[in-house]
Amino acid sequence: MGNHRDLEEKAGAIRRHVIEMTAAARSGHPGGSLSAADILSALYFRVMRIDPSRPDWPERDRFVLSKGHAAPALYAALAERGFFPVEELETLRRLHSRLQGHPDMRKTPGVEASTGSLGQGLSMANGMALAARLDGRDWRVYVLLGDGECEEGQVWEAAMAAAHYRLDNVTAFLDYNGLQIDGPIERVMSPTPLDQKWRAFGWHVAVIDGHDFDQILGAVEEAKKTKGQPTMIIARTIKGKGVRFMENEVDWHGKAPTPEQAEQALRDLEKGGAAR
Amino acid sequence: MKYPTKLQEGVRKVATREAYGEALAELGRENPAVVALDADLSKSTKTSVFGQAFPERFFNMGIAEADMMATAAGLAAAGKIPFASTFAVFAAGRAFDQVRNSICYPRLGVKIGASHAGITVGEDGGSHQSVEDIALMRVLPNMTVLVPADAVETRAAVRAAATTPGPVYIRLGRAGVPTIFGPDYEFRVGEAVILREGRDVSLFACGVMVAEALRAAEELAADGLEAEVINVSTLKPFDWRTVSGSAARTGAAVTAEEHSIIGGLGGAVAECLGEHRPVPLVRVGLRDTFGESGTPEELMKAYGLTSADVARAAREAIQRKRG
Repeated sequence: MGNHRDLEEKAGAIRRHVIEMTAAARSGHPGGSLSAADILSALYFRVMRIDPSRPDWPERDRFVLSKGHAAPALYAALAERGFFPVEELETLRRLHSRLQGHPDMRKTPGVEASTGSLGQGLSMANGMALAARLDGRDWRVYVLLGDGECEEGQVWEAAMAAAHYRLDNVTAFLDYNGLQIDGPIERVMSPTPLDQKWRAFGWHVAVIDGHDFDQILGAVEEAKKTKGQPTMIIARTIKGKGVRFMENEVDWHGKAPTPEQAEQALRDLEKGGAAR
Repeated sequence: MKYPTKLQEGVRKVATREAYGEALAELGRENPAVVALDADLSKSTKTSVFGQAFPERFFNMGIAEADMMATAAGLAAAGKIPFASTFAVFAAGRAFDQVRNSICYPRLGVKIGASHAGITVGEDGGSHQSVEDIALMRVLPNMTVLVPADAVETRAAVRAAATTPGPVYIRLGRAGVPTIFGPDYEFRVGEAVILREGRDVSLFACGVMVAEALRAAEELAADGLEAEVINVSTLKPFDWRTVSGSAARTGAAVTAEEHSIIGGLGGAVAECLGEHRPVPLVRVGLRDTFGESGTPEELMKAYGLTSADVARAAREAIQRKRG
């Protein structure tokens, strides 16, 4: 087991920001932002080659948040990493804010793709990866999908294409929290078995605990070593992770906490609801 | 610049998709950033010409138009100039959300070469004949919409698309069309061009209907009526100055397009004249209907898209002007 105190702290900060931002905005998607916080912490504070002072640096790694509704977690990670001031986070979803309800690559430093209409991020990531290969560059593309998002047909078109073009510079995460707006994914429209499906589509697949930094980082290393095929890291996660009253509660997909609930949530997070 | 005022009959017909394929390959030779994508229709859209010349820069995405459009967006985000091609009915219709959210919303420089537009697709029938793509693409913020009239203008439009910032939609046809312009034709995005001056009526046309409008002008001239013929090859940004200026001079307007009269050129001209220069307007195009199987020539007659139909519309507009 490595020492990941720094990543745990950043994940904790991301989660606190998610609560504060959505509470201030009185809208947004806390559940799926909290489930993805540890993956984002690992990517932005350990894995990716990025330079916040040069968001357009051509050699940077790219991250595409295909499940765009987890924008609060992405903004929190970008602010903590220094792409823009942390104080700006409270402007989430306000008129003229750079922090739109869903990621807008034209407005926010560090955001690589405009997403929100589900199912499109992996295709965009593939396009970026093809460009990197054409230019003979070694930068890599990371993408985060939702489990419910895998009900979109385009995800499978893109899965086919990434394997067909042997895009080993694409590493995808699947935030497998098991819930979507209308209920458990198994009940709404089951996309399972996800590991078998991605394998059958020609991907290298790792199944991990998405709240365990050893496993997240180990899977990323495995992806980097995998040649000739893209890697899908299926990360088992808990929706609302770290806030007891939000954990595994479908209701917290797209609802902001009240000021009182936000206080309770922040107390939960102080008690160490972050990564194990 | 001298423009042809008359259609030269008997010249070899060339489909705009043919010119597209050649122009794209030519562009690829000059600019290594140009890449092409297709969705299993490369022999029909003619991106195969590019694919043969530059196999490493050509990506067949299979029968997956949505994926193709968003992949093109990713290529554009990483500095490439992607040309994505399929039939217009799939480019604008099936992949509409990808064109909207992955391309237009982030203003990415994806160039869409949409072939087989309109009813001159012919025998494949209504399922494959896009009569609504101009309307769908024109309504999207950040989108540039080009409808070239012949092979010469198509080649120019492809070159212009590569240097125009942001997304561009180029509407192309399957069937051969007469070549209207000479090799010295200067195409500029956003400029409607008056091909022939006249004081009685303005004939605004795009695509295959430009040739029909020029023929109609000759037919009208035989009756002593002077028609002004305007090639509106950029549907967006719309050249409202030239369009309203011509209408102001003639006082009567006709639009002619191989597209629904709703939302396309007819819609754009109606919006423009309604706001800037109201004059009697008659729209020639598909009258809120899908197409069907038939030869291109049969279909153009059956759906009222011949020079005679344009001339008839012109007479009606002139009559309404005279009250």
